[in-house]
Amino acid sequence: MKLTPEEQDMLNGKYGRAVQKSMEILSTLGDIYKAERMIDVYSVQIAGVSYSNLGEAGLDFLSEMADGGTVRVLTTLNPAGMDRDNWQALGIDEEFAKNQNRVLDAFAKMGVIATASCTPYLIGNVPHFGQHISWAESSAVCYSNSVIGARTNREGGPSAIAAALTGKTPEYGYHIDKNRHGQVLFEVEVPVTGTAQYGVLGKAIGDQLDQLGKKIPYITGISSATVEELKSFCASIATYGGTALFHMEDITPEARLYPKPEDKVVINKDIMDKAKAELTDPDIEIDFVSIGCPHASIHEISNLAKLLKGKNVTKEFWVTTGRPTKRLADEAGYTQIIEKAGAKFAADTCCVVAPITGRFKGMMIDSAKACYYVRARHKYKIKIGSIEECVVEATK
Amino acid sequence: MKLEGRKIYQGTVTAEALVTTQGISFYGGVDPDTGIVTEVGHELEGQSIIGKILVFPEGKGSTVGSYTMYRMKKGNTAPAAIINERIDTIIAVGCIISEIPCVDMINLNPIKTGQMVTVNGAEGLVEIPD
Repeated sequence: MKLTPEEQDMLNGKYGRAVQKSMEILSTLGDIYKAERMIDVYSVQIAGVSYSNLGEAGLDFLSEMADGGTVRVLTTLNPAGMDRDNWQALGIDEEFAKNQNRVLDAFAKMGVIATASCTPYLIGNVPHFGQHISWAESSAVCYSNSVIGARTNREGGPSAIAAALTGKTPEYGYHIDKNRHGQVLFEVEVPVTGTAQYGVLGKAIGDQLDQLGKKIPYITGISSATVEELKSFCASIATYGGTALFHMEDITPEARLYPKPEDKVVINKDIMDKAKAELTDPDIEIDFVSIGCPHASIHEISNLAKLLKGKNVTKEFWVTTGRPTKRLADEAGYTQIIEKAGAKFAADTCCVVAPITGRFKGMMIDSAKACYYVRARHKYKIKIGSIEECVVEATK
Repeated sequence: MKLEGRKIYQGTVTAEALVTTQGISFYGGVDPDTGIVTEVGHELEGQSIIGKILVFPEGKGSTVGSYTMYRMKKGNTAPAAIINERIDTIIAVGCIISEIPCVDMINLNPIKTGQMVTVNGAEGLVEIPD
């Protein structure tokens, strides 16, 4: 690929080892995917933040990159393994907390804003239509490409850091118009409402895509959807279908720009029921309830406060969200209502990346993505349900 | 015999080949502390990849695998070099950050486990005994 003189200088080490390593990563990816040039990115979202995923080696890498490496564009961070303030109340041990803070310090040294959230688009890292970005976190990649119409590939931790330290990404994949066409038409014939049902829809379509070996669905039959429903859908279809981009007629901005694909799959009640059944383990004994995967919006938290007002939870109940959203909830009085009911806020983290393997037996949540990862990672039994159903379960 | 492929990461090294026709996931499929393949049912299950020229068609699994490769390099449990048929981003990024020589677009058929193989990363070349 062709590099500008500045990019060539980066590769030759003029800006130090961290920038050089970054440009090595980006130019190699560019060569592999036959990019012709680098493009500037507006912002970066970095994944690979929980110490339980990174370990000492990951931390070594971050420290090397932080040695002389500084972000050139707006850069935010995925959830960490714990709430930075409230970790003790959530049962996180001190050794883990110490190591997690070393990770966050390394990112801070690079100039990364430690949002520690999987929903950058709710808390200030918001690209506009058509803007090029370089994001990791599969659910946020899917949201920004599809709902906003920004452009990013599915980056991993190191390639996102490389983009942050150079402000560049190679131009290939979803950055290019011709790679953004829908591949399979999905006609949704059943009404879908609420975050849990949108998660089930994401699994139903994602599983079909996986079988067909396709990635980009063009979806019809949805007349309206909230930001929260789309957030849940994005997380689910990225988990089960590896999808980074979808089009939804009358909802997403690029749907009208591309023709409907000819290959067609109908999503009917049977398919939805089957997907939902696969998100509910038989003989589950629920001792943990959570909402906020992806991180809860202020709207979801205000609804939860209404549902929990004057009640008491009888099980461990986590509300996972970004810290800026938590602060809004504090000021609006929602935090007080929710905590008075016995539920806990877990800002900066979530039930997937926190080190809680072995702590609980069965979890209920409104997120199909969380069902997949909690089952695989923590070996809990899982049950999907709406926020209302989660509250009923938690307070009975 | 020389096999021509594509440079992924520079470095020249000669070592014993360990060949599989299956994909490898560094996150979850290999124990980074011992260098032993742990994926249940994998052709290489139970075998050490330390210091080998690891030959496999393509990487698979989580992007965290790139960090696992880095951890293995630091802990002296990494392979000496990697030869792939088709590189994927996890292995490519893992080799770059860990500085493991790597070449792809190689026809893997002529390479046999136990052969002494030379990988020239910068030239994208692999040399095997005739």
